[in-house]
Amino acid sequence: MDTFHVSRREFLQASGATGLLLVASVNDVFAADAPKYGGDGMPHGVQDSPLVFVAIAPDGLVTITCHRAEMGQGVRTGVPMIIADELDADWSKVRVVQAEGDELKYGNQDTDGSRTTRQWFMPLRRCGASARQMLEAAAAAKWNVPVSEVKASDHHVTHSKTGKKLGYGDLAADAAKLPVPKAADLKLKDPKEFRYIGKGKIQIVDGFDITTGRAKYGQDVVMPDMLFAVVARSPVYGGSITSFDASDALKVPGVVKVIEIKQTPVPSAFQPLAGVAVIANNTWAAMKGRKALKIVWADGPNGTYSSDAYRAEMQEAALKPGKVIRTHGDVEKAMAGAAKTIKADYYLPHLAQAPMEPPAATARVKDGKCEVWTSAQSPEACRNDVAKRLDMKREDVTVNVLLLGGGFGRKSKADFAVEAALCAKEMDGKPVKVVWTREDDLHHSFYHTVSVEHLEGGIDKDGKPVAWLHRSVAPTLMALFMPDPKQESMIELGMGLANVPFPVPNFRVENPEAAVHTRVGWYRAVSNIPHAFAVQSFVCEMAHAAGKDPKDYLLEILGPPRRIDPRDLNDTWNHGENPELYLVDTGRIRRVAETVAKESKWGSKLPKGSGRGIAAHYSFTTYVAAVVEVSVDAKGNLTIPRVDIAIDCGAQVNPERVRAQMEGACIMGLSNAMLSEITYKDGRVTQDNFHQYEILRIGMTPKAIHVHLIPGDYSLPMGGVGEPGVPPIAPALCNAIFEATGKRIRALPIKDQLKA
Amino acid sequence: MISLTVNGKPQSFDGDPEMPLLWYLRDVLQMTGTKFGCGMALCGACTVHVDGGATRACLTPMSAVAGKKVTTIEGLDPNGKHALQEAWRAHGVPQCGYCQAGQIMSAAALLASNKKPSSQQIDDAMSGNLCRCGTYPRIKAAIEDVASRKGA
Repeated sequence: MDTFHVSRREFLQASGATGLLLVASVNDVFAADAPKYGGDGMPHGVQDSPLVFVAIAPDGLVTITCHRAEMGQGVRTGVPMIIADELDADWSKVRVVQAEGDELKYGNQDTDGSRTTRQWFMPLRRCGASARQMLEAAAAAKWNVPVSEVKASDHHVTHSKTGKKLGYGDLAADAAKLPVPKAADLKLKDPKEFRYIGKGKIQIVDGFDITTGRAKYGQDVVMPDMLFAVVARSPVYGGSITSFDASDALKVPGVVKVIEIKQTPVPSAFQPLAGVAVIANNTWAAMKGRKALKIVWADGPNGTYSSDAYRAEMQEAALKPGKVIRTHGDVEKAMAGAAKTIKADYYLPHLAQAPMEPPAATARVKDGKCEVWTSAQSPEACRNDVAKRLDMKREDVTVNVLLLGGGFGRKSKADFAVEAALCAKEMDGKPVKVVWTREDDLHHSFYHTVSVEHLEGGIDKDGKPVAWLHRSVAPTLMALFMPDPKQESMIELGMGLANVPFPVPNFRVENPEAAVHTRVGWYRAVSNIPHAFAVQSFVCEMAHAAGKDPKDYLLEILGPPRRIDPRDLNDTWNHGENPELYLVDTGRIRRVAETVAKESKWGSKLPKGSGRGIAAHYSFTTYVAAVVEVSVDAKGNLTIPRVDIAIDCGAQVNPERVRAQMEGACIMGLSNAMLSEITYKDGRVTQDNFHQYEILRIGMTPKAIHVHLIPGDYSLPMGGVGEPGVPPIAPALCNAIFEATGKRIRALPIKDQLKA
Repeated sequence: MISLTVNGKPQSFDGDPEMPLLWYLRDVLQMTGTKFGCGMALCGACTVHVDGGATRACLTPMSAVAGKKVTTIEGLDPNGKHALQEAWRAHGVPQCGYCQAGQIMSAAALLASNKKPSSQQIDDAMSGNLCRCGTYPRIKAAIEDVASRKGA
């Protein structure tokens, strides 16, 4: 299952020594290294020192540093909440500051892969508990009493025998001089004592600033003497500039300078595309100047990429055998002997993350140092990418992290920050903000892959599934880091393809080749989107072939509750988590499916033209199921009266934000299913703005989204939350449409496929 | 020279009259509460009030706001205590928050002209405001909450 053929060193360099889920998998690839999992397996591991994350002022104000990027998932609330709870701090005396990019100090900061809470819950608890015990030790020393007689609670330490009491602020200076307790000496709270964790009573820390316009995002950096730039980029991935004429651009009032950004040869990782930057004293002038540029591009080999032709190519590949990823039994023989066989091909297009804040970065290069202010999911990767391109040392680059106006994977790749640094380098110490327009964002994203998923199934005379064949054809995101890969990586295979846990006796998964012609990156939930869509649609198709209820059939094909070692499913990646702690638990999949079935009143009668669909999917070590109810009128207009979504991510730190993430994932999943599509013609993206790249608007939103949280145990491993809500939505929707109309949607987006 | 009022303060501008109000606010006045999302009036992130009406600042040239009163999110309520701002926080509406200034400005213009909008009227008034995080259900709940209050 080794899909990488590069050395560890080369791989780390190629990926900027970071990048999503990528490096976590290195442990598995290079078995000679002692395996490390979870947060420990990420570059620079985890950090639990209170000296890094907690500062307490004499007045008692507790400042907690959030080392992870806020992009709407609530991390700037959740991270401090964990520390403050173990510290037993008064939340009204806590403020949050944002860490700069420095993984040597903070541990891994790559905010991606639905990892922060599941990998940092314990380190952050240890951090808070350490700080609490240091305050207790300081108080005990001050009062000259045994530490066992003092207790920290609600921002004070009290001596039980005398009732003496001091505030955290009174003790902070002494506490800071004490050694940080050893891990073995830490006394973590009993979860029954949690005052913030799991309660859902705290509003998000940025709520006031967001609702008053004070919140600062990457686009919002304001500095004295700053300049503004927009960049004309190669419309084709890997293209270069043959020549350009900036004379008209320079005549636009306000335009100060025009510079060329050289092409980075493919694979270009997170480095910028070839481009011409127009630098001006306001954004509008820069935009006008860009319009006046005359550029001759050399498209290179990707200039022939066209979506229609590529889809036909993928479809052809899907009909032929491909690399076998997992197999058991004899699929051909079982199909031949089956009472009934069915086949289906599903198509899912490229998508762009399209965060509401288009990418932006400000940089200043002065005295041999570069300082960047930007919205980066991975500020350490950004720092390394800037240093590499400017030929500076890492120590000479600073990356300050602002709020992200949405990320969804796009802002893991800070090509925009490298562009800002390259512009700033030419401007004598003046800061330059590079602003991406929406057109720039849609034309130059790191796109969700495109795929054809070919499924074949055989059922016996009782309708039981006896054979399963799944061929997944999709260009891989590994093409960012290595030349011309044609197979899905272990990461992509581990997202609901290889690790489908159905105990069908004859079972094979194949991955035919697919060449990569654009920047394929990661998009919220990544390859789980096509895999879950195909698998969960096909289970419903098999149910109908078998004449059974789709919910019952889903439970039947899942089989009885089992805890399966992911390695037994040929998933050696397992989201970077320890396969002995994180097993695939079909009982938990069943439970979320049964929960949404019950809550949605599955099986109760609906009016004509209405229907319910169900889907369940395991991803990012979390179990999510959804029932979508639709109503389709005679003209083919689709409305969604209700969605039920159940999540089992283990114990929750901030259940209120888990609900918000599920609501948002539902709506993003519906955008994916109903509206959004990036297509190419002659290597160029054909969608320019939101009139062509559509996403859900308020009127199309489900009338009600009911989120059901499965209670968890704090002593057990946690699951991710940001991404796993997305994958079940599209198949549940399309299964519902089939119930309502008899029409099976196999190609997304739905757009006008239902129109009469 | 173009004269206008921004959040009650008189301003004058002698730059390119074609410059959209959005970039005047963000780059010239350095008031970044009004957001850039699409530049084509497709997403509503830049929504401000011009003489009280919801307006997309990204397609409104400075020449069109001469003599007008512009209100931005920073000026909606000096203490951030407009009923909608409070409802937004109470309902936990924002996720990333980037679109929310525009959402609140659209909602405030709606409620200023129609204190008791129907569900359909809310959808219609808010249909020009995109949110990629998917906060629509809570946006609607927050607006309905404010609209349902006694005396509202």
